[in-house]
Amino acid sequence: MSPQTPDTFVNRLLGRIKLNGLMALAAPVLAILFAGVITSVVLILTDHPPVDTLLAMVEYGSTPRSLVGIINLASAYYLSAMAVALGFRMNLFNIGVDGQYRLAALIAAAVGGAVTLPKPLHIGLILIVAVAVGAAWAGIAGVLKARRGVSEVISTIMLNTIATGLGAWLLAQWAVPVAGSNNIGTNPIPESGHVPSIPLIPGAPNEVFGLFVVAVLVGIGFHVLLNRTRFGFNLRSTGLSEPAAVASGVDVKKMVIVAMLISGGMAGLVGMPQLLGSSYSYSLDFPPGFGFTGIAIALIGRNNPIGVAFGALLWSFLDVSQNILSLEKVSPEIVTIMQGVIVLAVVIAYELVHRYRIAAEQRRVSRELSAPVGMEGAAA
Amino acid sequence: MRRKLDVTEGEFTLLRNRFGRLIAGTAASAMLFAVAACGGDDTEAAPSGAPAASSSAPAAASAKVGLAYDIGGRGDQSFNDSAAAGLDKAKAELGVEVNELEAANGETDAQKEERLRLLATGGFNPIIAVGFAYSGAITKVAKEFPEIKFAIVDDAAEGANISNLVFAEEQGSFLVGVAAALKSTKNSVGFVGGVDVPLIHKFEAGFEAGAKAVKPDIKLQKKYLTQPPDFSGFGDPAKGKTAAEGMFDAGADVVYQAAGGSGAGVFEAAKAAGGMAIGVDSDQAKTADPTVADVIITSMLKKVDVAVFDFIKNFTANTVKPGITVYDLKAGGVDYSITGGKIDDIKAQIDEFKNKVISGEITVPTGA
Repeated sequence: MSPQTPDTFVNRLLGRIKLNGLMALAAPVLAILFAGVITSVVLILTDHPPVDTLLAMVEYGSTPRSLVGIINLASAYYLSAMAVALGFRMNLFNIGVDGQYRLAALIAAAVGGAVTLPKPLHIGLILIVAVAVGAAWAGIAGVLKARRGVSEVISTIMLNTIATGLGAWLLAQWAVPVAGSNNIGTNPIPESGHVPSIPLIPGAPNEVFGLFVVAVLVGIGFHVLLNRTRFGFNLRSTGLSEPAAVASGVDVKKMVIVAMLISGGMAGLVGMPQLLGSSYSYSLDFPPGFGFTGIAIALIGRNNPIGVAFGALLWSFLDVSQNILSLEKVSPEIVTIMQGVIVLAVVIAYELVHRYRIAAEQRRVSRELSAPVGMEGAAA
Repeated sequence: MRRKLDVTEGEFTLLRNRFGRLIAGTAASAMLFAVAACGGDDTEAAPSGAPAASSSAPAAASAKVGLAYDIGGRGDQSFNDSAAAGLDKAKAELGVEVNELEAANGETDAQKEERLRLLATGGFNPIIAVGFAYSGAITKVAKEFPEIKFAIVDDAAEGANISNLVFAEEQGSFLVGVAAALKSTKNSVGFVGGVDVPLIHKFEAGFEAGAKAVKPDIKLQKKYLTQPPDFSGFGDPAKGKTAAEGMFDAGADVVYQAAGGSGAGVFEAAKAAGGMAIGVDSDQAKTADPTVADVIITSMLKKVDVAVFDFIKNFTANTVKPGITVYDLKAGGVDYSITGGKIDDIKAQIDEFKNKVISGEITVPTGA
C-alpha cells in the first residue's frame, strides 16, 4: 500500500511510510547517535563525565534484579503504547489512555477485592472488568466523535480529568485504610486473584510479573489484527485516506467507535501487571502517568509492535537506572532530558532519512527524464 | 480537506503538549544545575551551619545516612526541605556521611523498593524514607536487611528494624485555628488543602476544631486543590492562588494552607486581597518569598527536621528504638511560629489552649 500513501509529515512521523534496506537501519542508528551526543553535552556542561555516567547506568541496569524491574515496568509501558498506537494507525489520537487505565485498575481492583472465586476465574473476571471499563471509557470519546464530530483529542483529555475526579470519589467510597498508614486503598484482592510471577531472569531474587505474557500476546494480536484481517485493512485505509475508505465501502463511523473500544480495552490492561503481580490493591500511590509515557513510546516505536517493544524497554531501562544517578551525585533529572532527547532524535532522524530518500528519488527521476529519449516523451 | 486539517491540529496539540513538558523539564533541570553550581552542594539551608564542624566532629560517628525523598525532593520549600534541613544539621553537627535519592513522578512501588535497596546494598545505615508512599516498600526491604535501621516519616509501617516518625498535625493545626479565629474580624476563615488524602484531613480537622473552640459560629470554607492520584496540588501555586482568591472574595480574612508548594499562591492571594495567611510545615514567614511574607501571621510547624535529626543522633548513640515515635505538641514535634510578631497580642490565649492540649484537657479530632 505504500505507493498510495501520501508522503506527508504525519504519515512519515507515524511510520506509515516504510524505509527500505540501508535507510531502515540508518534512521535508528542516527537517532541513537544524536541522543548520545546531546546527553553527553548536557553531562559535560554539568561537570559530569559522560562515559562513566552512562556506563554506571548500563552496569546497574544490567544486573539481574534491575532487568526484572525493567521488564515489569516495560510491560505496562508496552500495553499503554500499543493502545495509543492502534489509534494512531487510523489517525485517532487517544490521549485518554491515562484516565482509561486508572479508572479500569480502580474498578477492577474493587471488584477483585469484593469477590472470591477459584483462581483462574478470579483472575479472568478482574481482567475482563478492566478491559470493559477501559473500553467503555474510551468508547465515550468514540461515540462523541462518530455521532457529534467532537475531536477525540479534546474529549479524551477531558475524560482524563473526569476519570481522576470520579476515581477519587469512588476510592473514597470503597477505600479501607492500609493498616496503620496514611495511605488508603481498595480492599486487597485475595490470593485467588494473584497472578504467579515467572522466574524469567536467572540469578535474580525477584521475578517477572506473570501478566508480562499478556503484553506479549497483545503485541502479537496487534500485528495479526492489523495485517491479517479485513478489519485491520479497513482501519489502516481509514487512517490513510478517509474519503477513499468511504468510497470503498468502509463504515468510518463504526470504525471510529470500534477502534476506540479496542484501544480503550488495551488501555484497561495497562495497570494489570502491577495490580495482580504486586500491589493487589488500588491505593493512593498506584502509579499514574503511564498513559502519557505510552504516547512518547508509540512515537519512538513508530507504532510497530516490535519497535514499540524496544521503545518500552529503553524507556523503562532509563527509569530504572535513574536511581544509580543520584547515588553518583548526578541529578536524576538527566534521565528526563535523555527521554525527551530520544523522542526528538527519533522524530528528527526519521524525517532526515525520509528527506534524503525523497531527494534521492527526485534526482533519479530527473536523471531519467533528462535522458535524450525521455525529453520528448515527457513533453508529449 | 476538513478531515486533514483536523488531523494536523490534533497532531500539533499532541506535539506541543509533549514538547511543552520536555521544555519545562529541561528548563527546570537547567535551573537546578545552576543552583547547584552557584550554591555549592550542601551549604544551603544548614540551620546551624558551622562549616568547620563536620571536619572536627568525632570520627566515631562515621555513619552513612541514606535518605529517600518523596516526590518533589529537596527544594520544595516544605515537607521534603524540612527533612533535608534535619539531614544537613546531622551532617554538620554529627559528622555523618549522607546521600539523598529522589523519587520520580508516577513511579511504581518496585522503583521505591529498588531505591531503598540500592541504599542498603550501598552500605548506608541508617536509611530514612520520607513520606507515606514508601510504606509498602520499606516493609519489604527492611525485612531483607535486618541489620540495617530504617526510619519512615508519616507512616506506621511495621517492622522489627523500622522506626516510625509520625506527627500530631491536628494539634499544631488546632493552635493555628485558634489564632485564625482570634485574628479574624469578619468571623470567616478558610482552609486550602493540597491533595484530598487522609494525611491532610488531619490538618483540616485540627484547624476546624481550633477555630470553633474560640468562635463556635465561625464560618469555615474548605477546598482541596486536587484529588489523588493527581498529586499536583502539592506543587501548583496557581491552583493555590485561585482557591484562596475565591475564599477571600467570599468574605474570609484568614486562610490556612496545607498545600506544600502550592501555598506560595495562597500567600499571593492574601497579599492582593489584603488578608492574612497561615503557613505550614516550616516557619514560612522566614522561608516564603519576602514580598508576601508579611501576610503570614503564623505557621503550623511540623518539625520533620527535628525528627530526622533525632533519629540520626539516636543512631550514632546506638539508642534507636523501632516502632512509633509520635511528635506531638508535648514532644515539641508540632508547634506554631511567632516570627514577625503578628500574633504577639493573642499569644497568651493560644498558649492557654496549647497547655490544655498538652495536659489532655482538650482532645483534638484527627478527622479519621
